[in-house]
Formats: sequence, structure tokens, C-alpha cells
Amino acid sequence: MRRVVVTGVGVISAVGQTAVEFFENLIHARSGVGEITHFPTEGLTVTVAAEVKAFDPSAYFTAKQVGLLDRFAQFALVAAREALLDSGFSPTEAESERFGVAIGTSFGGMETLEAGYERLYGERNLRLHPLTIPRIMYNAAASQISMFFAARGPILAISTACASGAQAIGWAYQQIKYGYADVMLAGGADAPITFGVMKAWEALRVLASGRGDPARACRPFSRDRDGLVVGEGAAVLLLEEYAHARARGARIYAEIVGYGVSADAGHITDPSIEGPASAMRAALAEARLAPEEVDYINAHGTATKANDRLETEAIKCVFGPHARRVAISSTKALHGHTMGAAGALEFAAALLALQRGIIPPTAHYTEPDPECDLDYVPNCAREQKLEVVLSNSFAFGGINAVLVARRV
Amino acid sequence: MTVQERVIRAIARACHLDPEQVHPEATFEELGVDSLMGLEIVFELEEEFKVSIPENLAVGMRSVRDVIERLRTLFHDAGELGYSLEPSS
Repeated sequence: MRRVVVTGVGVISAVGQTAVEFFENLIHARSGVGEITHFPTEGLTVTVAAEVKAFDPSAYFTAKQVGLLDRFAQFALVAAREALLDSGFSPTEAESERFGVAIGTSFGGMETLEAGYERLYGERNLRLHPLTIPRIMYNAAASQISMFFAARGPILAISTACASGAQAIGWAYQQIKYGYADVMLAGGADAPITFGVMKAWEALRVLASGRGDPARACRPFSRDRDGLVVGEGAAVLLLEEYAHARARGARIYAEIVGYGVSADAGHITDPSIEGPASAMRAALAEARLAPEEVDYINAHGTATKANDRLETEAIKCVFGPHARRVAISSTKALHGHTMGAAGALEFAAALLALQRGIIPPTAHYTEPDPECDLDYVPNCAREQKLEVVLSNSFAFGGINAVLVARRV
Repeated sequence: MTVQERVIRAIARACHLDPEQVHPEATFEELGVDSLMGLEIVFELEEEFKVSIPENLAVGMRSVRDVIERLRTLFHDAGELGYSLEPSS
């Protein structure tokens, strides 16, 4: 059986615009959450989000390129380029056909769409920019990556809400494992901090209020948690067949050994216990790992009342007594809920934790919740040698995706 | 501002260039105009002159000069018919 390893990591987020900066800020619990600066917040009830700050597209792209790229695709390309440079992989003409792309996004080119609608409905200007469609479309990020980096192999754009990034990586892993590709750029990207998207989240009443210190608005697993914080960014990994990576002497972060997916088939927004538990079991079964072998779980941990309680229950179902020993943390407290990027961003955090031997904490943890009574690595990073890490991503729509990686 | 200057300004916007970089005799091939950029040029011209440019008007245009001449003709014909296509600003 072909083995799949990660040899490159690229991240752009509210807490860092490279993978190294991202992880440094996570382990020092530096929050990327604050008052929204992208647009005037008049009319919003919730005014906090995790924005990618001081992002200058001209540092990465020509003016002509920027014209074709919505913010979410810009993020995807920035992360993909970092992953590629990090891996040292540069495809030959022949390798190009065995080099693919998979990018998840929940919202696609929302900034472009809203600007178009503002013009159309707000200003009654019936002339839209001709690049509106190429910027908005959900596959723009995946397709642009294929064009920028000559990836002519399997390609897919995935939109499964908050599981998108994890499912993109899972699909890419399968492409290599089953022989359809040798190298894949895979991850997720989203830029959903817009007036319209924020209003829509407000209406669902799942956002953290942001009252008090906005930087501490997101408090996963803490008793006083009051909701999620919308984030933005991208993470892209370079996945590679093991022998291919060894042959070129690549540095290997970890091997992806399991990918589990399940559907709740229950409620469109209410999470369940059985669905996530089933996805975790499936991932561990594929990895041929016992629950006791998992050292660290990067939780979905959105900081909504329901998610954190039910995720805790699901972990207990799967891990039994080991649930009380395994280290669990949610890094969303710092980088926010990046939606379609979340699964990739958080799996990247887990891989960096494994590589560095440091577990990023669950920040802003203030008081224990009797219903969330596991080890969430509260507030302070922990040095620990890690062999196996697991990352949970649970989406609205009841889609659960779990990735497992182990040290090579 | 003359029609020529305004055509150049619109084309420059579409091509992400400074107006000084767009010579009136430049061909679209020289400016690296592909199918999408062609649409952007039409869009920017419509924005600039606040007119609606019909699909067939753009057919066969190969240079900045072609656009300038075509628009001059369009404005002239419209004037003959009693329409005002010359924008206010």
C-alpha cells in the first residue's frame, strides 16, 4: 500500500502569515481576534472577528493577477506557495501530470459577490464587472493553484462548510494512496468576514458576543463560553507519496494514516455525539491505531455551548478511559473559526505540534464546565513528545471529518 | 479630456497599466490582451463613457486606435440622431 506523507506546510491566518509565525503565536496564546477593521461595523451586533491583518496582495501578486483573485483565492495561493517552497518540490513536465490540487472553501468569493450585489441592488447599477464569475466561483482557489504551480493531475474544490479543509486533505490523501497522484497541494481557504456573512451568522445566534476584552471573545470548553468567532485565512499542505519524498530527500512532517468521514443524518445545525464518534472511529480503524495511541487531539472546539459539550461526549465514547489522559486543545480561541479553512489550518497546527513536540493550548480558558471535564491544555502550551495526532472537523449539515497523522 | 485620452485611460485600467504605458498605436497583442481582458476593456469603456457597447461593436478591433475611431464614429452617429452620448464630465 502506498503511504502518504506531508512534506510542506503553508499557513496564512489572523495569528501569522507563515506557518512558523502561526505556530509561535499559538503556543504563546497570542490572540488574533479583535474588532473588525475591514469595513464599517455600523449595523452589526457582533463586531469581533479574527482578521488577517495588514495583508498586502501586491506583496504576492501583480495588479493583473489581483484583478482575477478574490481574497479567499489570494489566501489559498499564498499558503500553497509557502507549502511548495517549504517542501522543496518543483514538478518536472512529467511529474506535473501526477501533481494535483484539492481546496476546500465554505464561502468562496464572498467579498466579490457582496461588492457585486451592492452595485446591483444597492446602487441599481446594472453593469457588473466581467471578472465577477471567475472571482466568485468556489473552484477559483483550486484552479488558480493548478495554474500558478503547473499541477495538471487530479483536482477538486470541496464545499462542506467547516469540514471543507479536512475533506480536501482527506480526498488528496486518497488520491495518492490509491495511485491517482504522487503529489498533491491540499487544504482550505475562506474570507468570510464581510458585512453580509457576519449578519447571517448573527441571525443564527451562534456568535460570541465579544463583550469585555474582544481578544478573549472565543473561549472553547470554558464554562463561560458564549459562541464562535468568525475567522479567515488558509492552510495548504504538500502531500506526497512516501517513496517519492524519500527519493528526493524531503523533510517529512508526518504520515497521514487515517481519514474518517460520517454524516449525522440528523439535524442541519445541531451537532450529535454519534456522528463525530463514528468519524473518529473510522479514522482510527483506517490508521490501525488503538485509541490509547493518540497523544493529542486538535478539537473542533468552536466554543458554542453545544459543540464543545457534544464533542467532549463523543471523545469519551471513542477513547474510553484514555479520554481523560489524551491532551485536547482548540486553537480556534486564537485564530477564530476559519470555516472552510478550519480543517486544514487545525490539522496544520497538529502537525506542527507533532514536529515541535509542543501542544498549543486552549486559550482564554477561565473556568471548568462540569460537562466539559477533559484535559484541554488550558492557557499554557505543553511540551510533550507526540507520536500520533488527530484533528476533528465537524460541519453544519452534520458532516464529520477526522484526520490522523503519525510520526515517521 | 479628449476621447482619445479617455479611451486610453479606460484601456489602461483594464490592462492594469499606467495611461502613459498605453500608446494610441499599440495593438492589443502588444498589450497582452486575452479574451477576459477584452471584456474588461469593454467594461471600462462603458464605465468611462456611461454607454452600453453592443457585442458586435468590439468585433475586429485590434488596436487602441481602432477603439478610438470606433467610439468617435459612435458618438458622431448618435449626435446625428439627436442622442447625446458625450458624457458630462
